[in-house]
Amino acid sequence: MFKYFEPNKIFSITSKAPKYVLFLFVIILSIGLMEALIFSPEDYKQSHSVRIMYVHVPAAWISLGIFSVITFLSVVGYVFKIRNFFLISKSLAPSGLVFNIVALVTGSIWGKPTWGTWWAWDARITSMLILVLFYIMYLVAWRIYENNDKAFKITFIITILGIVNVPIIKYSVDWWNTLHQPASINIFSKSTIHISMLFPLLTMTAAFALFSLLIFLMKYNTELIKIKNKGLDRL
Amino acid sequence: MYGRKVKLRFFFVILTLLTLFLTVFLILKSLEKNVVYFQSPSEIKALSEIKKNKIRVGGMVKINSISMKTKEINFIITDFENEINVIYSGVVPNLFTEGKGVVAEGYLKDKNFFLATKILAKHDENYMPPEVKAALQEK
Repeated sequence: MFKYFEPNKIFSITSKAPKYVLFLFVIILSIGLMEALIFSPEDYKQSHSVRIMYVHVPAAWISLGIFSVITFLSVVGYVFKIRNFFLISKSLAPSGLVFNIVALVTGSIWGKPTWGTWWAWDARITSMLILVLFYIMYLVAWRIYENNDKAFKITFIITILGIVNVPIIKYSVDWWNTLHQPASINIFSKSTIHISMLFPLLTMTAAFALFSLLIFLMKYNTELIKIKNKGLDRL
Repeated sequence: MYGRKVKLRFFFVILTLLTLFLTVFLILKSLEKNVVYFQSPSEIKALSEIKKNKIRVGGMVKINSISMKTKEINFIITDFENEINVIYSGVVPNLFTEGKGVVAEGYLKDKNFFLATKILAKHDENYMPPEVKAALQEK
């Protein structure tokens, strides 16, 4: 575990990385979009509206994943007093929020032609809305308590409160009667999605993950520059 | 190895998470009736009294139960144990078909008749191209 780190050393890597990530992102996204919009088949029941899934599901996964990572980093950062982990969390949060909103909006657009409603106060959808609120709380806390010890403590508390919601989102469709259908992709049991649809889904997930990484690098570099400008060689 | 403060902070995190998860679990457990989006026909049958407020009933549309009239559509929601007749006038979503999931929002007339004001189609977690579906049905 590194207690101290040298911003200059990290910056020399992270400042060069974005252009490579951007390059990869554009390639993977083009492949993903071609597969999702042209090559993948229509669904037997939903026909072409199933294509919304290739944006909706990856966005939801990424937003949940980022929140989990943020919580993990904040908890470890809190226990071992690693300031760098808090800055990484702070830089990850904006893309998590964006993808969370994307998941809700595309879900709404998908819901209208399939379910017949834009919005339902169903357990899955409501818990995703709560996650958006936690993301906003988290980012607002950083705005209020600019990079000082108070910000670390408060954002740590917000993540630890918010993480309780994550398993609820995941299992809401299994625990209760919901309008939202249960998960199609299962790690431990057979997935109920045809392989020709799984492939574009995973490619789009990789593209969104790269986009998050890109935004993260940009945000993180800004944080490092701020530290350098303050003349601190270590956090 | 690690200082006393580190151990205390670690203990604090574990304790907080445990408390939060337990609290939320208990709250959700006690609110179960309100968290569910719809009730099944069996749960409707088990009701002790019929309330006037709006509820949602969900299940499968029974095969061969849809009958369209000029202004009205009748069908049966089943959970393969109990059934309930639904009367509805209005537009149904595209995915509303026999043998598929449905959620009806409206009022109970009695335990066997439900006056729906809104019909939502519930689709399942199976995604496949039409050819695969046709191949599956042939088997």
